[in-house]
Amino acid sequence: MYPWGSERMEGQPRILPAGDQAVLLEFGAEIDPTTNGLVHAFTQRANSHKVPGVRELVPSYCTLLVYYDPFFLSFSETVSWVQELLASRPLRIESFFTLKEVPVVYGGQYGPDISFVAEQNKITMEEVIRYHTSQNYLVYVVGFSPGFAAMGTVPQQIQTPRLPNPRTKVAAGSVGIGGLQTGIYAVESPGGWQLIGRTPLRLFDLNRKPPSYFQAGDHVRFYSIREEEFFKISQEPEYRIQKLE
Amino acid sequence: MIEVIKPGFFTTVQDLGRWGYQSYGVGIAGALDAFALSAANLLVGNLEGEAGLEITLLGPTLKFHQETALAITGADLGPRLDGKEISNWTCHLAPCGSTLSFTGIKSGVRAYLAVSGGIDVPPVMGSRSTYLLGHFGGFEGRALKSQDHLPLGPSPADAEKLIGRFFPENFRPPYRKNPSLRSIRGPFEDFFSEEGLTFFLSTEYTITQHSDRMGYRLQGEPIKRQKAQELITCGLANGTIQVPPNGQPIILLADRQTIGGYPIIATLITADLPLVAQCAPGDKIRFSAVSLDEAREAYLNLWDNLKNFASLSSDKHRGK
Repeated sequence: MYPWGSERMEGQPRILPAGDQAVLLEFGAEIDPTTNGLVHAFTQRANSHKVPGVRELVPSYCTLLVYYDPFFLSFSETVSWVQELLASRPLRIESFFTLKEVPVVYGGQYGPDISFVAEQNKITMEEVIRYHTSQNYLVYVVGFSPGFAAMGTVPQQIQTPRLPNPRTKVAAGSVGIGGLQTGIYAVESPGGWQLIGRTPLRLFDLNRKPPSYFQAGDHVRFYSIREEEFFKISQEPEYRIQKLE
Repeated sequence: MIEVIKPGFFTTVQDLGRWGYQSYGVGIAGALDAFALSAANLLVGNLEGEAGLEITLLGPTLKFHQETALAITGADLGPRLDGKEISNWTCHLAPCGSTLSFTGIKSGVRAYLAVSGGIDVPPVMGSRSTYLLGHFGGFEGRALKSQDHLPLGPSPADAEKLIGRFFPENFRPPYRKNPSLRSIRGPFEDFFSEEGLTFFLSTEYTITQHSDRMGYRLQGEPIKRQKAQELITCGLANGTIQVPPNGQPIILLADRQTIGGYPIIATLITADLPLVAQCAPGDKIRFSAVSLDEAREAYLNLWDNLKNFASLSSDKHRGK
């Protein structure tokens, strides 16, 4: 049994070793905005109060992985640091978010799986587009590949399981559905999500700070554009951002 | 400048990894055998984290267009300078116009070449490591090809004094074929039955052909899972051992994705990562579980040897 409290108490994460150079904090076991909000509230606090030996913090849907340098810190010392930060004051979920609107050309060569998504759910392709663009999504995490933003939760009418055999190459900008999530492949990479469209926005750029257009905590709204607009935007990428409080 | 005459099987520029960008989906990358790269750098008077070449199985043929001190550590791939055999874990002088080549595998899988001043490719997000998934970093984000030209950084002033330095064998990781690898249990042991966990720690696994810098896929009796569902995707430490639905474990390494969702049964300890980096498909491995204290002690004992070597050598320079 771990003496440092692996049982989750109210509002407190489970704290577990992930090998000898990382600590995993589990804030919950569900994909939901509140748990995700707690992860990010703590990640921000921890990033602002790093001690020597804390190397990097990697948040995900409901967990935070704290990498530490075992030359400077032991596991217990890292856990003590975490527990002090947790105890200092209650975590407050950030209410401010950035809304990012994403233009998408749906279907055709840009969305080769849109007809499958429609058939699986017994709706038309137009309805797939209507449902996909009908609401804002929360970016739960940016990961898997550079700039890939995983967002949720899509309307039940378009939820579709991932491909049984992933593609070895998915074009950059491809918009996909994976289970109850939607997401965008920022760079060309292998991928197993159902591709329904593509955005001309450049979502990962080595010359930008930060290099990824999306961050966890962003809200995203997709909107449908025609192919001509896709090419126009490709020439001069515009990032339309609205801040809502 | 170093000219690549033949690239070898799979040669990439690596340093000790790209930290700070995992929140943007950019993995750490870096040398799979970080100890060997660090030692090679110390042998040629560099800081531990300078960029060198990670050489896999069949080595490249490289021509030196400037005089440089070099060292090769990690695997023994049969290095030769102008056709003459040279020793590993030793600092040598490569004269201007000389050629380095490799005759073939004698032991291990990955050799590390360090040159005085380091490989001076442009850093991307603070690191010179090659990030293959993102096609950036290192030399143009890819493995080396013939006719690539590698720039070198400025050499430390007293590079000649380093020639002949040797990294003692008892300072190195205990590399061996078919090692037993120490791990920390969890963090998701509750996804496995007690039987499954015992099994994991007593079974011999074979490293399959589907193994690379992202991870090593193992083959053995499948480990039974207690929970049918997948894990909710979380960050992945180096050496994470995850178990997909088919029950065959995968050891995740430097080029792993930043997050993933297969249940994690255990994580290799840092001190044993160099051992895994030198294992090849076909090799057999076993896992054991150790405590966090034992893991840290093993790491400090091993990595202290880099500091011990550095002070040993500087004592020699001062004529002690």
